Amino acid sequence: MRDALNLRGNQALLTRANPLAKFGSVFLISLVLALSIDWVSASTALVAELALFPLAGLTLRLLWQRAWPLIIAAAIGGWSTAIVAADSGAVLLDVGLWSISEGSLELGLGFMLRGLAIALPAILLMTCTDPTDLADALAQKAKLPHRFVLGSLAAMRLVGLMAEEWQTIGMARRARGVGSQGSPFQRLKATLGQSFGLLVQAVRRASRLAVTMEARGFGGGQRTWARESTYSLLDVWVVLGGLVIAAGAVLAAVGAGTWSFVWR
Amino acid sequence: MPATNSGAVRPAAISAEGWGWRHAGRAKPAIQGLDLRIEPGERVLLLGPSGAGKSTLLHALAGVLGDEEDDSDETGSLLIDGVTPREQRGRAGLMQQDPETQVVLSRVGDDVAFGAENLAVPRDEIWSRVHEALDDVGLRTAAGGGLALDHPTAALSGGQKQRLALAGILAMRPGLILLDEPTANLDPAGVLEVRDAVKRCVDKTGATLVVVEHRVSVWKDLVDRIVVLQPGTGSEAGTPGVLLDGPPDHVLSEARTMLMGAGVWVPGYVPATRARRNEPRTAQLLLAAQDLSVSREKPRRKGFRTIPPVPVQSGISAQVRAGQALTITGPNGAGKSTFALTLAGLLAPVDGTVSAAVELSEGVGMDPFKWKAEQLISRIGTVFQEPEHQFVTGKVLDELMFGPRHLGHGEERVDELLERLRLTHLVDANPYTLSGGEKRRLSVATVLAAHPKVLVLDEPTFGQDANTWAELASFLSELLDAGTAVVSVTHDQEFSAVLGGTELQLGPSTRTENDRQEAGAA
Repeated sequence: MRDALNLRGNQALLTRANPLAKFGSVFLISLVLALSIDWVSASTALVAELALFPLAGLTLRLLWQRAWPLIIAAAIGGWSTAIVAADSGAVLLDVGLWSISEGSLELGLGFMLRGLAIALPAILLMTCTDPTDLADALAQKAKLPHRFVLGSLAAMRLVGLMAEEWQTIGMARRARGVGSQGSPFQRLKATLGQSFGLLVQAVRRASRLAVTMEARGFGGGQRTWARESTYSLLDVWVVLGGLVIAAGAVLAAVGAGTWSFVWR
Repeated sequence: MPATNSGAVRPAAISAEGWGWRHAGRAKPAIQGLDLRIEPGERVLLLGPSGAGKSTLLHALAGVLGDEEDDSDETGSLLIDGVTPREQRGRAGLMQQDPETQVVLSRVGDDVAFGAENLAVPRDEIWSRVHEALDDVGLRTAAGGGLALDHPTAALSGGQKQRLALAGILAMRPGLILLDEPTANLDPAGVLEVRDAVKRCVDKTGATLVVVEHRVSVWKDLVDRIVVLQPGTGSEAGTPGVLLDGPPDHVLSEARTMLMGAGVWVPGYVPATRARRNEPRTAQLLLAAQDLSVSREKPRRKGFRTIPPVPVQSGISAQVRAGQALTITGPNGAGKSTFALTLAGLLAPVDGTVSAAVELSEGVGMDPFKWKAEQLISRIGTVFQEPEHQFVTGKVLDELMFGPRHLGHGEERVDELLERLRLTHLVDANPYTLSGGEKRRLSVATVLAAHPKVLVLDEPTFGQDANTWAELASFLSELLDAGTAVVSVTHDQEFSAVLGGTELQLGPSTRTENDRQEAGAA
């Protein structure tokens, strides 16, 4: 988990783009897809996103490894929509209470594709963006307060550490006779106890880290940046790309006559 | 005053006059009546029993102690070059004990640059300082790891992390370097690594150095002065804060007995311990590991497939016998603790088996990992490296009663354990508020309260003072004589010598760099 956030070895083109440009692109695409519930706009965006995989250094295999719960959730969501949505058009399958019609199948498919199309850009962004670079961009370009940005960045490193600590505390407590067996109530009690142990450790670590940061002069007014966050021509292309995907999805759906605002 | 010019380091002078500090929410001051002058470029080892206020002094010098707003209290004056430490960021650099919290950012280069950035050093200047600092602490030589600037900090060993912290401090070009037990959490190789890096750096920069550490022999030859703080400085007003002050050899001969009494590791001193009396020749086999492969990671799911973790060490066979000690040794990262935890029924083996003999299992099955928690604790007890991980209640007495109450027997042994491990006066205290040595003694006592036949200890002597060390070693030798099997993971040769028995030496990890990268990528 700690290394999962590390981009070492990923040489893809989009790793060199400014995180803010990538973030803007992702935001545009997600916004447009959140407006409609048809399958044409979703699948247009999805195809375009799949085409971007090599640029972000993502492969289908890597995607499956990282996002299989999301993918399965989208499939289940689509399937249940298809089953329970009101029938319209020819009925394709009828098993007692459940039936799938052309209309409900379309809705289910749209639902599934949309879920994927909204999730994918975020996964693409995470794959090709280093958290440190993101923090640099947020502080230097978006002008967010550096105390807040760098504080969050340092805290995020501790989150990975806490995942390891959770396992250790679990073992340490088993060695004291606190098991994860028994009734649901006993299990809940054991989990709460373990969470408290983790909380204590987290607070201690965090305060020691805060001392370390303060002792390195953190928290003063003026600071310089060892890494300059810059925009390049690539970022123009990234934003344009986001615009094109978003606009393409809308136009395709309007052209096919399937565009429908969610609130209608 | 930001250190914007790249010029040589200007060593700092320290002067304390009647200085004292009371932490917010505490009735007594942590330190008071301190009169001390340290000249520019001096190297000082600060000694004194726990509670003498050593850490408080270092924190104050680093300018990270309290704010005007909270209700902590300062008396007298403490100045660096005639100015209060708080008003001059970057004049002093501080390294603390826990390597994990000495790292701020996730890439080596960025982490070293962090302090210099905060002091508003110009960008080009920062990177030349980063390169120089990494060279100075020896992290770029092939032997030191040959680290690239984008090397992930999470992949460093404890000794490397501390050297990285030193590099981060050097990049600020401080006139004063403060080390607060910098090697207490490290194995012997890591200790020397850090000590040598510190020596190289102070030799080069000429900065003033103040070290707090109770392993005197490590630092004795590096410092030119030892200052011993008064035990319990805070207890009485009017007593001088400094007990002894002078060249290392002089102080050590003057105060040898007093320092030994205070649990300081004076060079050449191995505390007296109880010797083993009846080490059995042939003893009952309790627990055996057969061709074991171990890992802390659980099997991972990759889509529909389940992938077993890459073992950190494999092919381990060992036997644990009643009344005999088994010591597990080996280099850093060899999987010693992982093996011990697997043997103790806390981790599932990746491959091979751990099997308990009938004498140990008493009818609950051969595989300790499958035992329920309360079945486990009365058979195999495990003492973790960090005592706090094992505290489950808010009171010392409850902590000791916890195991017996769950098992429904053994409460009568608690008083004896309290007595034996000198915890009786602390029964009502909160375990988290105890001192390091008390926490260690408590964690051993709580596990023993369940009366296990096998006791597993992970680095029990790490960072312990000489008194706790001797008590622990003597106590374990008694247990062994009484028939308990003791398995310990340790780097401490003197400790294993007291326990006797057999040594299991693990080689370097069987895991390759490639395995680790792959495991990390998923």
